[in-house]
Amino acid sequence: MEKMPHWADIVLIPLISLVLSALLSALVILAIGENPWTAFKLMVDGALMRSSGWGYTLYYATNFIFTGLAVSVAFHARMFNIGGEGQAMLGGLGVALACLYIPWPHWSLAILGASAGAAIFGAFWALIPAYLQAKRGSHVVITTIMFNFIAAALLNYVLVSLLRPRGSMDPASAKFPEATHLPTFRDMFSTADNILFRGAPANVSFFIALAACVLVWFLIWRTKLGYEIRAFGHSESGAKYAGISPVRITVISMLISGALAGMMAINTTMGESERLVLNFTEGAGFIGIAVALMGRSHPFGVFLAAILFGFLYQGGAELALWTDIPRELIVVIQALVILFTGALDNMVRMPLEKMFLALRKGDA
Amino acid sequence: MTAPAIELKGISKAFGPVQANKDISISVMPGTIHGIIGENGAGKSTLMSILYGFYKADKGEIFIKGQKTQIPDSQAAIAAGIGMVFQHFKLVENFTVLENIILGAEDGGLLRPSLAKARKELAHLAKEYELNVDPDAMIENLSVGHQQRVEILKALYRQADILILDEPTGVLTPAEADQLFRILDRLREEGKTIILITHKLREIMDITDSVSVMRRGQMTDTVKTSETSPEHLAELMVGRKVLLRVDKKPATPGDTVLEVRNLRVTDDKGVERVKGIDLTVRRGEILGIAGVAGNGQSELLEVLGGYMNATGDITMNGATLPLIGKGAHGKSRRAAGIAHVPEDRQREGLIMEYAAWENSVFGYHHDPAYQNGLLMDNAGILAKAQEQMDRFDVRPPHPRLAAKNFSGGNQQKIVVAREIERNPDLLLIGQPTRGVDIGAIEFIHQQIVNLRDQGKAILLVSVELDEIMSLSDRIAVMFDGQIMGERDPAQTDEKELGLLMAGMNGEAA
Amino acid sequence: MDFLSLVQLLDTTVRLATPLLLACLAGLYSERAGIFDIGLEGKMLAAAFFSAAFAYTTGSVWLGLLAGVGVSLLLSGIHGLASITFRGNQLISGLAITMLASGMTVLIAQDWFKQGGRTPQLEGAARFEPITLPFAEALKDVPILGPVYQELISGHPILVYIAFALVPLTWWVLYRTRFGLRLRAVGENPASVDTAGVSVVGLRFAAVMICGVLCGLAGAYLATALQAGFVKDMTAGRGYIALAALIFAKWRPWYALWATLLFGLFQALELRPDLIETVIGIKVQGQLLGALPYILTVVILAGFVGKAIPPRAGGEPYVKER
Repeated sequence: MEKMPHWADIVLIPLISLVLSALLSALVILAIGENPWTAFKLMVDGALMRSSGWGYTLYYATNFIFTGLAVSVAFHARMFNIGGEGQAMLGGLGVALACLYIPWPHWSLAILGASAGAAIFGAFWALIPAYLQAKRGSHVVITTIMFNFIAAALLNYVLVSLLRPRGSMDPASAKFPEATHLPTFRDMFSTADNILFRGAPANVSFFIALAACVLVWFLIWRTKLGYEIRAFGHSESGAKYAGISPVRITVISMLISGALAGMMAINTTMGESERLVLNFTEGAGFIGIAVALMGRSHPFGVFLAAILFGFLYQGGAELALWTDIPRELIVVIQALVILFTGALDNMVRMPLEKMFLALRKGDA
Repeated sequence: MTAPAIELKGISKAFGPVQANKDISISVMPGTIHGIIGENGAGKSTLMSILYGFYKADKGEIFIKGQKTQIPDSQAAIAAGIGMVFQHFKLVENFTVLENIILGAEDGGLLRPSLAKARKELAHLAKEYELNVDPDAMIENLSVGHQQRVEILKALYRQADILILDEPTGVLTPAEADQLFRILDRLREEGKTIILITHKLREIMDITDSVSVMRRGQMTDTVKTSETSPEHLAELMVGRKVLLRVDKKPATPGDTVLEVRNLRVTDDKGVERVKGIDLTVRRGEILGIAGVAGNGQSELLEVLGGYMNATGDITMNGATLPLIGKGAHGKSRRAAGIAHVPEDRQREGLIMEYAAWENSVFGYHHDPAYQNGLLMDNAGILAKAQEQMDRFDVRPPHPRLAAKNFSGGNQQKIVVAREIERNPDLLLIGQPTRGVDIGAIEFIHQQIVNLRDQGKAILLVSVELDEIMSLSDRIAVMFDGQIMGERDPAQTDEKELGLLMAGMNGEAA
Repeated sequence: MDFLSLVQLLDTTVRLATPLLLACLAGLYSERAGIFDIGLEGKMLAAAFFSAAFAYTTGSVWLGLLAGVGVSLLLSGIHGLASITFRGNQLISGLAITMLASGMTVLIAQDWFKQGGRTPQLEGAARFEPITLPFAEALKDVPILGPVYQELISGHPILVYIAFALVPLTWWVLYRTRFGLRLRAVGENPASVDTAGVSVVGLRFAAVMICGVLCGLAGAYLATALQAGFVKDMTAGRGYIALAALIFAKWRPWYALWATLLFGLFQALELRPDLIETVIGIKVQGQLLGALPYILTVVILAGFVGKAIPPRAGGEPYVKER
């Protein structure tokens, strides 16, 4: 018999963790002399009450959907891909090369090409840690951390020494050609007399992120490969018995994970900055971990959690604008969410299980 | 009259809804060996864990040498003079023997004096009990038998006079087991009290003074060993007369299905586990492989199942099967007509978190019959699983329930059903009834015999000699990676097989 | 490259290796006890801020140090709670702690000092000053030995000497004391410790707390000795370099010293690219030097140059088996 109902496991526990994180964050806001309720209202106003706010929220959410899915796929194979950040950086490189050096006739083709570039480069950056884990037993967490730093150094070198246009002081690539510019939500949803999403960076890549959610859901729960990935994640010895190659599954799931992480770059690099800049990932690779944990590694959960974090990001920016609360507040919230949903999971779970057990006894 | 060394009164312990120990009372006199016998899951280990302070009993009292004693943790157990040798040794593999011995029993903050003292004490113990071990050897370089000695020495070093051994011979060769019993004998002479937990009747009869039988968490009886018989104990253990023979017709073997020539397996530590095995299995017969656990049987199954490296030749229906690195994996083995019920269903045969229906195709999930274009045909698999579960009487018959929520016997039925359903030419089946309740044992045995009668070849590996004797049409005995000999079950007995299992070949002698 | 530049380079190496060494030894205690800690970075960062903030506010670097160690211990306590008490995922906990520190330090710094997430410059008694060892001045002119003694060995803040002294001390504790024996045992096979009647939880908490103290020292050194005050994200990945060094050192104290000195040398060279160019005649990219510790660690992890085998029970919460 299960200790508690399934719905409690997937809904109640993340929710309680979220409430705990929110309460602690409220205490932090109180401690620095601001009113948590006013702060919350400001966040809601800035992120959700105007279409431009939503434009930012969804822009951030797009990044987090990609990185959250990336972490989730690896989680299903019981691997902790902490290297989403580095894989996204490489993805950015892929996007930049595709946009700068291939003469695309139209954005719709460019986005396909850039997505492929991002996915291939991101997957490549996950390949070496995956191979080392599968063949040499080097812990993928440690290698992906190392690869994050190597990626940062590489990106820095490429931008400063190779892609920087002559005469520019900025460590950034040249502007991408006009034909690769993606339609923003404003372009798509505004009418002549009603401008929506004014100035907001949300763009068509949001829909690619949604498609990725659906595809990942099919992959994990409906295909042979997903069956094998989950089986391997639950029991490596069982997988071997069933003729599932651990090396193959380790490498494939990390490649998918890396590709997804890399694809966040189409949103930031192609959709927003329209050139490759340093630090464009802004920690989204790490937020992916919070999103995956919160979303219980399920694409729908990841989608909801990504929207939530998108809201926090946009709301946090609003706070920094109007109050003395720095943007780093969201880093704190994000850390607390990871702590409660990931590391202190048992602290939330154990009392709940006891409660459900007691309830059941009461019924009997 | 002297007080008992250990006396338990009314011990009860529940894990959630499972009552592991129910009102258990037992009394062991000093200087005796007391056996506790029972099937897997009868509650023996839980009881001993309570005595060693790992678990707190819900109810009941413990008396040590007549004194009522609280044992809240291992520290208290050690202080009360109790030493425990666990089934899985609790040694630090890359520490020396000496370091393992003093761990937790050091004198003072610095190691040097403790090590010196232990070295002296060890020499003394070695002489007194014939417990010779090199104090500077690394544990990982010692044989299993020697590692067990280190565990005993650890207890003696802590001045234990009550020694509990949990299934101590499970991992030993018969020769090592005999040595262990000589040591235990010696300890008894020196006045130590020993509790021996086992499920092997022979050991109980050989060495104990008295024996308690446990069944389903309860103590069914305590008797003097000299006043009982193995048959009687077996009956107490399972609660009714045991069917020692399975009803089956004589075998009518046909063509050779599996042929193995000069098979050798070297594990990742570089130890040769299988040392050149030849065997054949024919249609319509059950070849039983007997042997003490750890003599290469598991590796043999894994090689045949396609997930262990080996050299040699394997042919199946006349065609050569590839070995690992040359195209072997579980998938190609299954395609060749080999089905495999692995020895450990929880680690290998099932994904415990998967629902029964998902497990019902585990290993065959890539079969085109279960695909629907790019996707898996989940509805079809579910329907088939339901039908299978009804036919094999899996309880509860709910295909959506995760495998971990079924009892051992029902889990095994899910695996057996899956493997038999594919209509294989050869069935590999390892420890078919380990941790399975009596009712399911009979059912599974019957399934194996039925399959044989349909003209399939069956390779059975079991450490239970009774099971081998009652099911097999031919018996091969493995020892130290080799086949010591082959016997006809009608013309052999447990004694002869036991000698072969101990590496003694009557013909050669 | 002349002799004096070499000595100066090594001197910089020592200064830059010190925080790495402290953090590496911190990780060593924790991981040897079976608790992985990828949160070294966060603990250092929090300690750096609190030590600088308290040193500035009180004017005493020692009170600053105490505050730094205190906050690092607090974070260690959270890590222990998550990974020992609640048997959570140690990697996730470490990551969360690093994030928590990176957010909280800026948040508090901004609220406290209103200088955009930094502390004011530290001066005088609010900083660790270099200590001139006896005869440093007198021996200055002795050839070779003089400059080595005066530049390289003398003239460091006290924390540098403490860090280097901790290497033999750690070795001694680990291999010569009861505590060390138990610590290593609990990282290899906690059941062996548990059945011997010693508390696994107690030992692991002790190790995690020692880790906290050492991370505290590392952070305090950064903000109050190496630099004069806290700036946002000032650890700049040093916690991860220390982690890399720990793997490089195969979890052994003396190797940890050599590994952190090597990585310190890379950092020193990054500051002086001209030196490499004069010596080998090729311009080496600064980014490459920065990435070198990570690349070397991946190579080591891959097992191409001697296999690094972590403590066997590392990362696994201890659950008594039935």
